[in-house]
Amino acid sequence: MDPIALYECLTSMSCIVTQTSTGLIVGSLLFLVAAGLTLIFGVLGVINFAHGSLYMLGAYIALSAYRITDSYILSAVIAGAGVGLFSVIFERFFMRRVYQAEVLLQLLVCYALILIMDDAVKIIWGAEFQSMGMPAAFQAPPLFIFDGIVPVFYVFMICAAAVIALVMWYVLTRTRIGKVVRAAAHNPTMTSVLGLNTTWIYAGVFAFGGALAGLAGALAAPVRSMSPGMGFSILIESFIVTVIGGMGSVSGALVGALLIGLVRSFGSIGFPLFVEGTMFLAMALILILKPSGLLGKEPRP
Amino acid sequence: MNNGFKKELLIGLAALALLAALPLLSPGRVTLDFVIRLAALGVFATSLNILVGYGGMVSFGHAMFFGGGAYTFGLLMQRTDVSIPVALLGAIVFCSMLALVVGMICVKLKEIYFSFLTLAFQMLIHSVIITWTALTGGDQGLMGGIPRRPFWGGINVADPNTLYWFCVIIGVVSLLVMRYILQSPFGYTLRMVRDNADRARFLGIDVWRIRLYAFILAGAFASIGGSLMALFVSGAYPEFSYWTMSGEAVFMIMMGGINVFLGPIIGAGLLNIFNDIITRNTEYHGLALGVIVLVFALGFKRGITDFVGQLFNTLTKKRVQP
Repeated sequence: MDPIALYECLTSMSCIVTQTSTGLIVGSLLFLVAAGLTLIFGVLGVINFAHGSLYMLGAYIALSAYRITDSYILSAVIAGAGVGLFSVIFERFFMRRVYQAEVLLQLLVCYALILIMDDAVKIIWGAEFQSMGMPAAFQAPPLFIFDGIVPVFYVFMICAAAVIALVMWYVLTRTRIGKVVRAAAHNPTMTSVLGLNTTWIYAGVFAFGGALAGLAGALAAPVRSMSPGMGFSILIESFIVTVIGGMGSVSGALVGALLIGLVRSFGSIGFPLFVEGTMFLAMALILILKPSGLLGKEPRP
Repeated sequence: MNNGFKKELLIGLAALALLAALPLLSPGRVTLDFVIRLAALGVFATSLNILVGYGGMVSFGHAMFFGGGAYTFGLLMQRTDVSIPVALLGAIVFCSMLALVVGMICVKLKEIYFSFLTLAFQMLIHSVIITWTALTGGDQGLMGGIPRRPFWGGINVADPNTLYWFCVIIGVVSLLVMRYILQSPFGYTLRMVRDNADRARFLGIDVWRIRLYAFILAGAFASIGGSLMALFVSGAYPEFSYWTMSGEAVFMIMMGGINVFLGPIIGAGLLNIFNDIITRNTEYHGLALGVIVLVFALGFKRGITDFVGQLFNTLTKKRVQP
């Protein structure tokens, strides 16, 4: 515990800027992963426990694509598309079979996928820690905002997440696709009776959620080191995010992700050993006081 | 004690007699070690089945009690000079308290939400174990071995045969107690809450309380499994409370079958054997285990005891007409 350090940071503009930018990039990554998780839950009614593995896969695909193509933007797109494709395969061949089954079997299928993916990554990319390094395009001197240091790549990450959030909001609330998806989430039987192919809606939502996780992995690749099993901690954190924001609510995921991101970055100064505890405390409080989450409309799932 | 339970008591005694004869039939350490492991994992898996099979609550974080029990037991043995039964009791008390706190938050939640929340709390416990290096030794685990002090006059578990006996007796007694509780009115109330919570509520049953009691019971018995494991391997490791341990437990009970009391034990034995074979043949443990899990979860969809029960029903179809 070091409240004095936290106080000193909060009185210095440069420290506030630096910590806020760190918090925002953590929040951006969490938002992308949590948005996919919450969307899949909202529409399909299952929690994809293997979502963290998709994030991991995205990071590794981006790493390889970057080494081959030498273009970061292109490799991020490849990672998103590749993981999206992988998600469709996973959904069609495995997950689909347990939608109607007991939770026990859903859990086991995801458990198996996590185990297999972690080992597959070990076989393909090796078990040791890897890092992509900062892509050439972003190797510019950092920005100084009120004397706070903000790397250019951070700005890019935050902008990318913001754009994705806006697009998602627009698609989900203002387009026909969004209407169809919301209808399938609300009443799948009625939706299919009306002649819409729910099978494809499910596969599409799963692919989109997976692509978001893959993209998050690609965005994390330059700033985080990679290792098999890296997906699990972000899975737990994005779950906390969705509980705080409200399961099934994308805007809730955004609020929750930013909250957790900022708690993480400022908490690491003020109470480094208790950051994890704070997140869980926040989650427990939400579950006791408002079980549907900050922005969740529906009663507790 | 009702008459029905006499049968179970006899089965328990028969199992003890069989296990007593085992060292004579197969004197090698391998068999005995296997049985000790089975006792620890079997109690752990059966305790999870109190929640999954009898309570309809699929916990994905049950390893927090296995690890919690192992660490509490290990620390009590290392840092204080209490005897083994007292340390075991300490582990049970600690995990019951932990289960009370976690359960109060979790048991209200529905199915998949409950699974994820228990998983999240387990990862909290795991990260506490990793970070609190001064107490737990961090990712190295509890170093220095767990002393096997003699207790109650002459019971000396430092002797391998006595250790075998101790673990087997604790294991069988734990199973009998769990069986007794599950066959009691409480056990049947729990089954009713699983099948139809609304109906139970109408009958005046406090559903939340019944679920919470089941959660605490499961946590307490899981800590016995963890303590036996800690005593056997003479240490406690963060992996005991890692999510893979919970996953293995879920797989054990699914593979054995959740509808029969002894199903999880069979599952624990099978997984034990699988793990041995996999470790001996390949370094890609996760890949091999993952494929086996997929075969069971997507191919068979039921546990082994379910198949046996089905076979039995088919053979005696004329008499057992539903």
